[in-house]
Amino acid sequence: MLAFPKNIDQIKMRNQRIMFWIARGISYSIIAILILILFFILKRGIGVINWEFFSTMPKEGMTKGGILPAIIGTLYLVAGSMIIAFPIGMLSGIYVNEYAREGQVKRFIKLMTNNLAGVPSIVFGLFGMALFVNQLNFGASILAGSLTLALLALPLIIRTTEESLKAVDNTFRHASYALGASKLYTIRKVVVPIAFPNIITGLILGIGRVSGETAPILFTVAAYFLPRLPNSVFDQCMALPYHLYVISTSGTDIETSRPIAYGTAVVLIAIVLFVNLLANFLRNYFSRKVKMK
Amino acid sequence: MKRYLEYLIEWIIKGCGFISAFIVLMIVLFLFKEGISFLNSSPLEKNYGLFVSVNNPVRKLTDLQIKNIFDKKITNWSQLGWRNDSIRTIDINNIESIFTKEQLGTNYEYLSICINHYIDSIPGTLAFFSERLLSISSGTKEIEVDKISLWSFLSGEEWFPTAKPASIMGTLPLLLGTLIVSFFAILFALPLGLAASIYLAEIADERIRKILKPIIELLSGIPSVVYGFFGLVVIVPFLQRVFHLAVGETALAGSILLAIMALPTIITVSEDAIRTCPRAMKEASLALGASHWQTIWKVILPYASSGITAASILGIGRAIGETMAVLMVTGNAATIPHGLLQPVRTIPATIAAELGEAPYGGLHFKSLFALACMLFLITMLTNIIAERISAKRKLS
Repeated sequence: MLAFPKNIDQIKMRNQRIMFWIARGISYSIIAILILILFFILKRGIGVINWEFFSTMPKEGMTKGGILPAIIGTLYLVAGSMIIAFPIGMLSGIYVNEYAREGQVKRFIKLMTNNLAGVPSIVFGLFGMALFVNQLNFGASILAGSLTLALLALPLIIRTTEESLKAVDNTFRHASYALGASKLYTIRKVVVPIAFPNIITGLILGIGRVSGETAPILFTVAAYFLPRLPNSVFDQCMALPYHLYVISTSGTDIETSRPIAYGTAVVLIAIVLFVNLLANFLRNYFSRKVKMK
Repeated sequence: MKRYLEYLIEWIIKGCGFISAFIVLMIVLFLFKEGISFLNSSPLEKNYGLFVSVNNPVRKLTDLQIKNIFDKKITNWSQLGWRNDSIRTIDINNIESIFTKEQLGTNYEYLSICINHYIDSIPGTLAFFSERLLSISSGTKEIEVDKISLWSFLSGEEWFPTAKPASIMGTLPLLLGTLIVSFFAILFALPLGLAASIYLAEIADERIRKILKPIIELLSGIPSVVYGFFGLVVIVPFLQRVFHLAVGETALAGSILLAIMALPTIITVSEDAIRTCPRAMKEASLALGASHWQTIWKVILPYASSGITAASILGIGRAIGETMAVLMVTGNAATIPHGLLQPVRTIPATIAAELGEAPYGGLHFKSLFALACMLFLITMLTNIIAERISAKRKLS
């Protein structure tokens, strides 16, 4: 039984204790639930993972064998989309932070970037199908899929570039101008090199995002089952997230392909984990470097 | 020479600066080009028509009536405002049970004569044929079919885009399905996320925060298809067992899953909002004798409320657009939802599930683009509202 509070201060403090415990409890349970989800999948999927799983083709209606074509497909898509999105996104971020003046234009560009970031991934898929697959006649191909995924990753890269350039102290720019360097030269030789590790974080987070997206590749590249490796950019390919979707919902035999599904999910989670750790590491590296200067 | 090169590079940078605006413009253009073009067209297959006797006073039929007639739910003309006479439907599927091959001719060259004769002799006939095969005689007329309008598209209560002979495109069940799933997702996620963000921003020590924050950020990066898979193997069977359902794939499963997926975003954004509260404000409250909790509840939360609202609106926008996870766990029944324990189908799930089998350029294909337009507009709207709310905060 709670002791009867003597005065208002005690009530106040008791309430505070109760509320703090509730907030703490909720926070820990959220984290616990989220970690349990990861643990649940990892525990069941880790047993499937071995070299054969990575290096062989799916067999017997995708109930046996490995996920090699899906891994290769995802690699191609990630590489393709980043080759397209990273330079453009970086230049766009440079424009927004270094060239655009405060005002209507900059606000408009930022609004549009935010809007682009909020567009649902399935809409990107539809757009990619309409423009790249049909209008430009690429067909369902790695090229069309990479372009679609590039659009999706673009706002992420633009924003990270912008943020990392903003973090570069103005004294660097002024010092460079004082030495007679032009604006472009300053950006190329001073601003971007300082910000580069952080800009790379955007690239890495983009890789994480792109490798897990399913909806944009549904109609632009993904093959349901293609037991060979793609041989040109106009070929279809399999991809990890789509493969997981297929074998967990519409495969030939859902129950017997469950282990493969868990294994694929583990690979996807591992990619995200790795990518996040790398990004965090680079971010820390960057902040230390800036402090040093 | 070097100067020109610099000019060129600066122009390229400038061009790239507008890339996102350009892409948004292209998306609008392409989606709306396909999505609007199907409005005002007939729900019947292209070049097909419905034919009746000239004595038949019925001039117009709606898509739903046509479906019910061919599904034998409407069997008498009196239900459509004519005399008491049963409806006989005749189309390419049952024509050969009425006429012999010789009567029709090898290439259906006598089809017109046969049909016109049949309509003349049995006035209650409703014939569905290609206008190319059928030339109308004086005893036959073509029935008008209601065109697909924006209103019928938005308010229609049934979604059967592949129905024959007339596709039925009412998006109300899809829209309601989307809203119900997203609304309950935010209802579950917001209080939990808010509590966690208060804890992280105000209560937790720096040491604990440094551990928890990266975990939460990590979880927002897990692909939605992995969450969907988890929902499929854990949440769906769990709900099925707890509520004794025939199928566990329900709106509730979708809401729970979306809530889990939205939590990291909501926590991060509202924590940022809470952190913007000026130190002076907090200290003033504490100096007046308020406890830390009272300060949080009466000072910090009201101050951060617009940021938290923006966070939840953004969360709703995300939830509405989420495709794969929802597609995997909600059961995808395109009926108007009457409760959380029923299968529902959301707009993005519909697009993902049906686009693969919709013939390119057809009515069904275009209607899916129209759905994408709706989705695009909804998320654009939520983005702009969220932006406005947080802009207001900065001004004051």
